[in-house]
Amino acid sequence: MTMEAASTQRTHQSLWDVARPGRSGIRLPESDVPAQAMPEASLLRDELRLPEVSELDVVRHFTRLSQMNFAVDTNFYPLGSCTMKYNPKINDVVASQAGFSGIHPLQPEETVQGALELMHRLQEDLQAVTGMPASSLAPLAGAHGELAGVLMIKAYHDARGESDRKVMLIPDSAHGTNPASAAMGGFEVVSVPSDEMGRVDLAAVEAACDDRLAGLMITIPNTLGLFNPYIARVCELVHGAGGLVYGDGANMNALLGRARPYDLGFDVVHLNLHKTMSTPHGGGGPGAGPVCVGERLEPYLPSPVVERVDADGGARYRFATPTQSIGAMSAGHGNFGVLVRAYTYLRALGADGLRQASGDAVLNANYLRRKLEHVYRVAVDRTCMHEVVFSCRPQRDKGVKALDISKRMIDYGVHPPTMYFPLIVDEALMVEPTETESKETLDAFIAVMEAIAREVEESPDVLLEAPHFTPVGRLDEARAARQPDLRWQAP
Amino acid sequence: MTDPFPHSYLPHTEAERQEMLAVIGVGSVDELFADIPDAFRNPALSLPPALTELELFREIGGLAKRNAVPGDYPCFVGGGVYRHFIPSVVGAMISRGEFLTSYTPYQPEVSQGTLQATYEYQSMISEITGMEAANAGMYDGASSLAEAALMACRVTGRHSVIVHDTVNPRYRAVVDTYLLPQGVEIATCAPGSEAFSDATACVLAQYPDYYGVVRDLTPLADRAHEAGALLAVSADPVALGMFRAPGDMGADIVTGETQPIGVNMSFGGPYVGYFACKMAYIRQMPGRIAGRTVDHEGRIGYALTLQTREQHIRRERATSNICTSEALIATGTAVALAALGPGGLRQMAELSYQKAHYAASEIGALDGYEVIDNGAWFNEFVVRCPLMGSQMNASLWRRGIIGGIDVGEAVENGLLLSVTEMNTREEIDALVGALREIAEGGAR
Repeated sequence: MTMEAASTQRTHQSLWDVARPGRSGIRLPESDVPAQAMPEASLLRDELRLPEVSELDVVRHFTRLSQMNFAVDTNFYPLGSCTMKYNPKINDVVASQAGFSGIHPLQPEETVQGALELMHRLQEDLQAVTGMPASSLAPLAGAHGELAGVLMIKAYHDARGESDRKVMLIPDSAHGTNPASAAMGGFEVVSVPSDEMGRVDLAAVEAACDDRLAGLMITIPNTLGLFNPYIARVCELVHGAGGLVYGDGANMNALLGRARPYDLGFDVVHLNLHKTMSTPHGGGGPGAGPVCVGERLEPYLPSPVVERVDADGGARYRFATPTQSIGAMSAGHGNFGVLVRAYTYLRALGADGLRQASGDAVLNANYLRRKLEHVYRVAVDRTCMHEVVFSCRPQRDKGVKALDISKRMIDYGVHPPTMYFPLIVDEALMVEPTETESKETLDAFIAVMEAIAREVEESPDVLLEAPHFTPVGRLDEARAARQPDLRWQAP
Repeated sequence: MTDPFPHSYLPHTEAERQEMLAVIGVGSVDELFADIPDAFRNPALSLPPALTELELFREIGGLAKRNAVPGDYPCFVGGGVYRHFIPSVVGAMISRGEFLTSYTPYQPEVSQGTLQATYEYQSMISEITGMEAANAGMYDGASSLAEAALMACRVTGRHSVIVHDTVNPRYRAVVDTYLLPQGVEIATCAPGSEAFSDATACVLAQYPDYYGVVRDLTPLADRAHEAGALLAVSADPVALGMFRAPGDMGADIVTGETQPIGVNMSFGGPYVGYFACKMAYIRQMPGRIAGRTVDHEGRIGYALTLQTREQHIRRERATSNICTSEALIATGTAVALAALGPGGLRQMAELSYQKAHYAASEIGALDGYEVIDNGAWFNEFVVRCPLMGSQMNASLWRRGIIGGIDVGEAVENGLLLSVTEMNTREEIDALVGALREIAEGGAR
């Protein structure tokens, strides 16, 4: 076998390729109780075709898989709207303590007072950050928080006998989760145009302000990475028509200690703890999407919330269900392991640290904007917040798409930015450097982007075929969708 | 406020900040926030002061120590979350930064690790449930069951759902949260007394049910199919190590929680809800799906597929709003299933079965206790106690035992007890002794 063939074989090996009947990756002890009668055979299964591998096989296989990933721990990862900041290791160590990782969600409350106190403290801290008077940690991800938010808005209108309020306004620059969540809440989605700065069109909002208006879902700062100076006016308009305002907090990393959604007029905002509060994204979760609300929505919060009761023996903590709760979002109390990590992060930074984090995140995005505006078109030429959106329209005119530029970045060891979002920008690349990246990393990134811009002029083919150094090249996604191969099958 | 604030997570020196501000052409970081009107800018956040790493361990570690950990105390609480053995390889693999700190695999060339692990997870979930396909995972077992009902409504074009009264009440609550706002009607009934109609989209059943009972699902599947409805099942994956797979009995959708296989109990999350179905329905499936394909040179590779179902493309017409889910936990489940293999999973199931049945026979022999007999069961059972379940738990905790779940709403003085391979005979005998003492001595 050639060296190349050996390497290729290793790269593309599946768990089943290394499996051999009779191997095992674990041994469990023998039973220590008298043998009990087994159930009747008709209830039992006879076949279970899982791969049979040794313990080292498992370790080598999954270690090798991990090495095919880019990650924050290994590469600069400026993925816009995803806030791929450093995930502090202490967060994981703290959450892994048996007193947190080993407790059962249905143990008596008196046996888990430490966990309940942590949740209560986190509620208070998230309320401080958003300015909101109440919160629930129940939603398990950002879109889950959105669902909780739209269900609260629905419950609010229903309770006031205004169930005809069916229209949810959503700017055309919004994340796809917003309209999808609104639809799951039973709302009709009405798209509102944005101006060239991604700001929702005031006249369009005003025109929709009638007695069918349920609310508005809007991202702050917006998906072009800009803060809308008139956002409080937008909230007033919606309130004036009897609607409520949902804040998508995916971009809250720009606003820590800089502005609070409550002060701006929002009724509910969710926080993506796996973005803003540094908990690791895990290749697509777990996340956590707590919702913080104003007075109008407090009675409708999803259950549970954690209450503090001051008694003779000191403070006690307990789960409670708000009076008109929309109900439970999951069988548990929220993604507790993620909540512990987020709380650890908040305590590591405090108010001054959070404010500095937002300051540096915005500083870094603007530094990239200024350094790259000569080679890539900035979608909106003004001070941005935590992320900057470029348009590769000029490069597209030379036959190179935003996709090709992204794939070429991989060859230089940089994870591509978010591509083709927001939808209102042609050939968009959305770059979010985050505050945890050093000036050297940013300068190296600038040099990469300049080099790629030169390649667009001089050797565009090298971009069209990128990436060149990854275990696989561009994949046939059409075939994947047309002939779905979703599981291993015995040959 | 202190500005600048030095911190190990924030690399800039003040000199670098000044240099960067000069490039941008502003005099201060605060100027970058000028779009925020003065009235709203720079609110004082009322947060406790920052702590160093050493202080964090003391402060938050102190909270951890105030929780009683199952294992340090005998524990017989189940109800959908079970303390099973977690092979050491699971933590070792999913704490690798390459899995832990990557994003959703939108760029497949630099995400083959996550994607192949997901594909292998889907493969193993399909196998143990007896289904043709599985997705990359949902938030948890409860939301997975709720989304199964919504999918059944899409598949059948019907808007009524039957839910067994033996479905976990915490799952049922989430089904209500998800379905009622969309106008789906929900009827509740005991297994065997379903009133199917031509409006019934599906019946939701649990296997083993909330009270531990294992029933052959074939008659239910047949009746559902005759009525043009689907059968969606929520199943404990460890039970599937020994009991027949729901897919083998005619289920159309199988959901559940992988928590029992390699996932820490962690006070209720993060877990991952698995979701499996027949191939015929995959285009109505919620959530992400990894597929195997080839690159331009014909090399095998993996990518997210069937994305036109999803919110980032289909927006308000998506099959679900789900975006970030529980990928790392699914990877951990894949590692655990690989380590366990067919023999390990079966052994884990059988040990749980054996020990639970031993516990039930010992408790059933005590004066004042009756084990409710509803036919075959796995590792969980209901005991009618001399006192209310909550009082039993309080009395057990005074004896250093974390008891069970109060199911007084279903059985008077009922206590739901769960036993796994983690419970030693010594622990079980201690429970039996404590129960005897409580029956003899009253509530003390």
